[in-house]
Amino acid sequence: MATFTLPKNSTIGTGKTHKAPTGAKQVKNFKIYRWDPDSGENPRNDTFEIDLDQCGPMVLDALIKIKNEVDSTLTFRRSCREGICGSCSMNIDGLNTLACLKPIDEVKGDVRINPLPHMPVVKDLVPDLSQIYAQLRSVEPWLKSDTPPPPDAERLQSKEERAKLDGLWECILCFCCSTSCPSYWWNGDRYLGPAVLLQAYRWIADSRDEATGERLDNLEDPFRLYRCHTIMNCTRTCPKGLNPAQAIGEIKKLMVERQG
Amino acid sequence: MAEDSASIRSLRSPLGRARGIGSAKGGTRHWWMQRVTSIALLPLSIWLIFSLTRLMGADYVVVLEWIGNTFNAVFLLAFLTAALHHAAAGLQVVIEDYVRDELKRFAAICAVNGLAVLMWLAATLSVLRIAL
Repeated sequence: MATFTLPKNSTIGTGKTHKAPTGAKQVKNFKIYRWDPDSGENPRNDTFEIDLDQCGPMVLDALIKIKNEVDSTLTFRRSCREGICGSCSMNIDGLNTLACLKPIDEVKGDVRINPLPHMPVVKDLVPDLSQIYAQLRSVEPWLKSDTPPPPDAERLQSKEERAKLDGLWECILCFCCSTSCPSYWWNGDRYLGPAVLLQAYRWIADSRDEATGERLDNLEDPFRLYRCHTIMNCTRTCPKGLNPAQAIGEIKKLMVERQG
Repeated sequence: MAEDSASIRSLRSPLGRARGIGSAKGGTRHWWMQRVTSIALLPLSIWLIFSLTRLMGADYVVVLEWIGNTFNAVFLLAFLTAALHHAAAGLQVVIEDYVRDELKRFAAICAVNGLAVLMWLAATLSVLRIAL
């Protein structure tokens, strides 16, 4: 059966509280999931009291401040701090999003921060994404064409054909959507999930690609594609405002269309 | 495959696991028929509810006559077929979602579809016996 409760070694305990410095006026609590594979202990939630007057506006600013000034063992991924690299995806206040794009003042009460749901955790807020990267690789997200490109020019697209890629090419592969999807939680080993299906559709929709049928063949499967039940968590959570559910719907329409 | 990827001991590469035993090249018909039956059930259900409320408290003979009417019998059979097909297809999806063990999943899907076929046969036979 699908697992609805955490196994014993994953139940979360209460951790340490790091007090705000005296004299802090605008204090906000950050409750952050901590797990260290080397300690052999269960995960815990640490509380960090942060003086917002001494902190940048985004959740990522607070995380970096904590790592620099309070607890240097806090582990998380981040790179560009402007929502284009997709590294700092995590669950903030119950919703998967990018820490760098999430303003602290949008969160009422304590800021609860957890790693992306239902992924194996490497440490603290760092999930193991090797399976989802392999699934992305399995849809061969690159141009496949038997016709050689013109010797002295690039492959051309009309403006209308190019417009079909809008809402698809912007995906930064943060996997907020896939890890918010219950279908992906229960059957992530076989269901490809919204992020990978959006990427698959990005190449299906590309007028320059000549492997559309082959791509559809590869997706036509009760688990790979049809585990999507239009739950719409993917679209709701996408920090880039994209609509993976619609992309999956377009794939399903093509599947029906080619039946005759 | 489910056990394979759930097991930490497996040394198979992530790409090998993702590709697995390949795509089933199916599932579209199952998904599409679920949509088609749901659309068919919209007018059929309204018609049935409307008819049954009119038959509320009616005599046994009146109800028999109503089912015996060719028009009513045809739509009743259409409703039964669409409803049982839709129910079985939907339950199969729920089982595929939540039952991980391959053998249990197979057994549960067989049971649901078998039961739906039996119910369809029984219901169809009942309507035909009255109508013919």
